[in-house]
Amino acid sequence: MIVAERKPLNDIVKMVEPYRKVLILGCKGCVTVCNAGGVKEVGILASALKIAAKKEGKELIVGERTLERQCDPEYIEQVKDVIGEYEAVVSIACGVGPQFLAERYPETDIFPGVNTEFMGGALAHGVWTERCAGCGACLVHNFGGYCPIARCSKSLLNGPCGGSADGKCEIDKNVDCVWHLIVEKLTRQGKLDNLLQVQPPKSWTTARDGGPRKVIREDLAQ
Amino acid sequence: MKSGSKLEKILTAGEFALTGECGPPRNADPEAVRKKAQHLKGVVDAVNVTDNQTAVVRMSSWAASLILIQEGLEPNYQMVCRDRNRLAMQSDLMGSYALGIRNVVCLSGDHQKFGDHPEAKNVYDIDSMQLISMVKIMREEKRMNGGQEMEIPPRFFIGAAANPFADPFEFRVHRLAKKIAAGADFIQTQCIYNMAKFQKWLNQANDMGLTEKVYILAGVTPMKSVGMAKYMKNLVPGMDVPDEIIGRLTGVEKKQQSAEGIKICVEQIQQLREMKGVAGIHLMAIEWEERVPEIAEMAGLLPRPQV
Repeated sequence: MIVAERKPLNDIVKMVEPYRKVLILGCKGCVTVCNAGGVKEVGILASALKIAAKKEGKELIVGERTLERQCDPEYIEQVKDVIGEYEAVVSIACGVGPQFLAERYPETDIFPGVNTEFMGGALAHGVWTERCAGCGACLVHNFGGYCPIARCSKSLLNGPCGGSADGKCEIDKNVDCVWHLIVEKLTRQGKLDNLLQVQPPKSWTTARDGGPRKVIREDLAQ
Repeated sequence: MKSGSKLEKILTAGEFALTGECGPPRNADPEAVRKKAQHLKGVVDAVNVTDNQTAVVRMSSWAASLILIQEGLEPNYQMVCRDRNRLAMQSDLMGSYALGIRNVVCLSGDHQKFGDHPEAKNVYDIDSMQLISMVKIMREEKRMNGGQEMEIPPRFFIGAAANPFADPFEFRVHRLAKKIAAGADFIQTQCIYNMAKFQKWLNQANDMGLTEKVYILAGVTPMKSVGMAKYMKNLVPGMDVPDEIIGRLTGVEKKQQSAEGIKICVEQIQQLREMKGVAGIHLMAIEWEERVPEIAEMAGLLPRPQV
């Protein structure tokens, strides 16, 4: 999933300061799963904004709505009858949401209420970790199922570097050295030979470096 | 004086400047640089040394700049944001200043897709606007981007680029203003062929008072042939070649095309020199350095002022 985290409340309070009618728009996709932007979080943010406004002696009308997804025009369309009632929208979907909204509703001021962090998964309740850098050419099978691009701080394809100590990364004792994990796993599997070849420079044309990306499925696109 | 470079002295003295360009070789041969330098010596005030231009790997621009210094020329060391992060940029700025380079031109750089290493990652840790600002803060506040102070900072005369022919046109002059606010001392423009559009952009810059704050060197590139003109028109991003130029080149015999190209260039220089707000010419004779003396002579830009 795409993992996001709500922006600090004060940042959002400042964003909506000039407005009197604001819609908080959640998303039932990834941000619901990572507890950042679902129905529940829409409610919490709406209450917090109302309380903050009241403290300032300001009247703020806050609407609440959560869409199936904000990364799909079909669902973005569902607010077309209500959006005109608001001066601004705070989207708490990932970064795709506010952009789809802004494109569809150019007259309305749209704000992002969360910071989109990474593609990853849950390690435990309330703990999420990065797993994919979206390079467009998956290589994890070469590294025991670990991605050194997303998980090595230097994205080394021929690690571990000299900063690996006790299975941890030089940047932080709380960060696993993914290369330590890769070496351990392939050693266990008797496949260490796989790591003895020099991995040549990767082509980054399929990654963000190649420019903004688009996927077109000819069999689906009309 | 900010840097005390020759280019800075010429511009601040109110002289009409002439800068040239030298693309380093795609190998480690210093003679290739020296050979180009011979054509430009005494003919231009300073020479831009391109930094992996069109994303093609070449001898590093600071190294080729040093060779120019050895040959008695003043380099305008170009630095692009595509290949280096802010750490590498700052250390190269310090190193190149330590070895005598005094002018730097801060650029974004073409996307690597167009070059000879399309699979490379790009860096763009900072953009050209931020690079300009970083070089200025080093000079004026003796501070690095990370906040550390320096006793002896690099003190560069700061150049930047402007393309009046890219879209959206109305925003171009505002981007120029931003570069000036960030710290640009001089601007070199994209090759000008559409004179009317350049004049329109320049009028906007004059009206906003920008030409009082920065030296604008108008960019020109002589056409070698109709083929080159068509290539520039159709395949080079951000280039505006009016049909009139193509027509003039097509209108002469093939053997005469290069002479006609030079004639057009000389006429342009003469017209640009008359425009309010143009402080000099940036003459980019791409792989044609040997014709620069002739163009400068015909355009009445020789001899160069001694400062």
